[in-house]
Amino acid sequence: MPLLNTLPDYVLTTKTDELINWMRKSSIWYMLFGLACCAIELMHTGGPRADLDRFGAAPRASARQSDLMIVAGTLTLKMALRTRLLFDQMPDPKYAISMGSCASCGGLFQLAYSVCDGVDKILPVDVYVPGCPPRPEALTEGLLKLQEKMMTERWLSKEPGNGSVAA
Amino acid sequence: MARWPPDARVDALSIYAKAADRFAGKVLEVSDAKLDPWMVVEPAAIVEVCGFLKDDPATAMDCLSNQSGVDYRDRIEVVYHLFSYRHRHSAILKVKLPRDNPSVPTLEELWKSANWMEREIFDLLGVNFEHHSDLRRLLMPEDWPGYPLRKDFVEPLEYHGISTTRESPIIRLDAKKK
Amino acid sequence: MSTLKTEEMTLNMGPQHPSTHGVLRFVIKADGEVMREAIPDVGYLHRSIEKIAEKVGYHGFMPYTDRVDYVCAMFTNQGWGMASEKLGGIEVPRRGEYCRVIAAEFNRIASHLLSVGTMAMDIGANTPFTHAIREREMINDLIEELCGARLTFNYMRIGGVGWDLPPGWREKALAYLDHLDPILDEYNSLISFNKIYIERLIHVGVISAEDAINYNLVGPNLRASGVKWDIRRDIPYSVYPELDFEVPVGSGEFGTLGDSMDRYMVRIREMKESVKILCQALKQIPDGAVLAKVPRNFRPPAGECQVRVESARGDMGWYAVSDGTGYPWRVHVRTGSFAAMGIVQKLSRGLMIADLVALIASLDVIAPEIDR
Repeated sequence: MPLLNTLPDYVLTTKTDELINWMRKSSIWYMLFGLACCAIELMHTGGPRADLDRFGAAPRASARQSDLMIVAGTLTLKMALRTRLLFDQMPDPKYAISMGSCASCGGLFQLAYSVCDGVDKILPVDVYVPGCPPRPEALTEGLLKLQEKMMTERWLSKEPGNGSVAA
Repeated sequence: MARWPPDARVDALSIYAKAADRFAGKVLEVSDAKLDPWMVVEPAAIVEVCGFLKDDPATAMDCLSNQSGVDYRDRIEVVYHLFSYRHRHSAILKVKLPRDNPSVPTLEELWKSANWMEREIFDLLGVNFEHHSDLRRLLMPEDWPGYPLRKDFVEPLEYHGISTTRESPIIRLDAKKK
Repeated sequence: MSTLKTEEMTLNMGPQHPSTHGVLRFVIKADGEVMREAIPDVGYLHRSIEKIAEKVGYHGFMPYTDRVDYVCAMFTNQGWGMASEKLGGIEVPRRGEYCRVIAAEFNRIASHLLSVGTMAMDIGANTPFTHAIREREMINDLIEELCGARLTFNYMRIGGVGWDLPPGWREKALAYLDHLDPILDEYNSLISFNKIYIERLIHVGVISAEDAINYNLVGPNLRASGVKWDIRRDIPYSVYPELDFEVPVGSGEFGTLGDSMDRYMVRIREMKESVKILCQALKQIPDGAVLAKVPRNFRPPAGECQVRVESARGDMGWYAVSDGTGYPWRVHVRTGSFAAMGIVQKLSRGLMIADLVALIASLDVIAPEIDR
């Protein structure tokens, strides 16, 4: 790439997609969707020791103002319908992290009659974070993986299949 | 070590003897279990017996501490754990109900804590509580079929389009050899 | 202004909301800001833990009991351990009992810190939450060294505890308790005597002692209404008779007896009492085994029992029925939050919507205890 970094002192040369993605990944606002035990670890991850705010991730209460939904905890069948409604309320481009083993596959509650085995039955998940509950470091790693995924998106080309991971 | 005060068992048995004296035909049985003995009461008389236990100053059961339903395969039992803060003794009452149409009067007038506990037993076991002010499902969704805690409950295969099973991703190597 | 046409609104405080007490839903019938009634709708976290007990057996049920109340998981572990031991006639060694009490009281402090921090956050003060999480992280570090997990511990076993205290842990724990005591006083100066906080909480959700007993409220909720009742003192279990502590009771010094401020102050004082218990227990702990010999396929004789454990949210009643096989026939848990939700509908009449949030926070309800 002969054009990149030819004038390092006062001109920044990069690809448009990378610039857009860098701005987007540094300001992911997540919705507080803590359902069960993983919600406490989510609060701890947003707390003083393992801080999510240093990545630009701020917690929002409303689905309309967030672009990441961290499904933290067991999803019951009664809650599943509402979860889909909340995911539909989020504006595009939106992402979902399935935190913990209950949200990924039902966890230790697969024997239960009222638990939906995994949140990917109702919404498309981008990153799965294993653990019961996952440590704050694990959730931070999940967020970093999501950031890596966001860096691979394309915004200028008009072909279908490129672009955001909406729906 | 989980030990009640040493004379708890004697207290409970004397309470049952007193109630059996007072309500001759309605107390059906007093058990002699080693751990926590109980008294079986006729379902229609439960409000009367509990009212006596609550108002009598010697027993003074001012709190319904726990109420659960148990499904034995031939009957359903509702177990009441009563407790007295004043005298610090407790009593356990049971009613035995048939499985087809289990029905027992509500204790909501005596102890308000019975409201939610009876709703839960109705939701999970299907016991009807007569004269309850608001008997509807508490924990399961309103359109859930069946009563989950019964021993013959069969899980539905799907609910509103979401399937209730998940295939295990583990590939069994011995299955492949077949 | 008699020409203004007003009507009652029905609002939905849905299962997802920024208050941190879990997935609870309220259908609020409100006339402007003042509520006529708030009808709770629960069951969004019903994970059928009681039915799973019948499938996994006595030993296998211990990790599931953590999830009944994940904020104070040691108490649920202890409750199930005690119920199984009572059914099977097993005696826990003394060192095991001391380990249980130490783990449980640390968990009580952690649970109250979280409860107090989230209560302040619900009212609008964000800083105490961060302070509470900082202290909680240090307790999590200690307990992680003890049993390997930060939240759902699975530390206790039927017959004792899983692992002994690691070498050097006692000194670290005592050092932490020295550090924590003045911090609790700092919390008082930070938030408890703050005028805005007091004005938000006094006279909100007043519960009289008769109502509290009738609705079967337990724990700090009951003590705040003036009833001096604590299972550790009044139906003692484990080694609590050998430990010396006070039972704080609400006094109505800020507002009315039994209001939300009383419930908050009882929790703050209980944390200080727990520090006292821990200092004594850590100094008095005897040597010996921590786990009794319990067979791997544990088959208690047929029968039933009920035990009561004083958890951070009140007295938990564990009712277990055994049929002689290795799988329990029925397990039922009656928790403090379940009883507290029963009184919310009655208390909410005439409150404002913001007061409902303060009321729920002061009753310290948590969704998994209600739904199990």
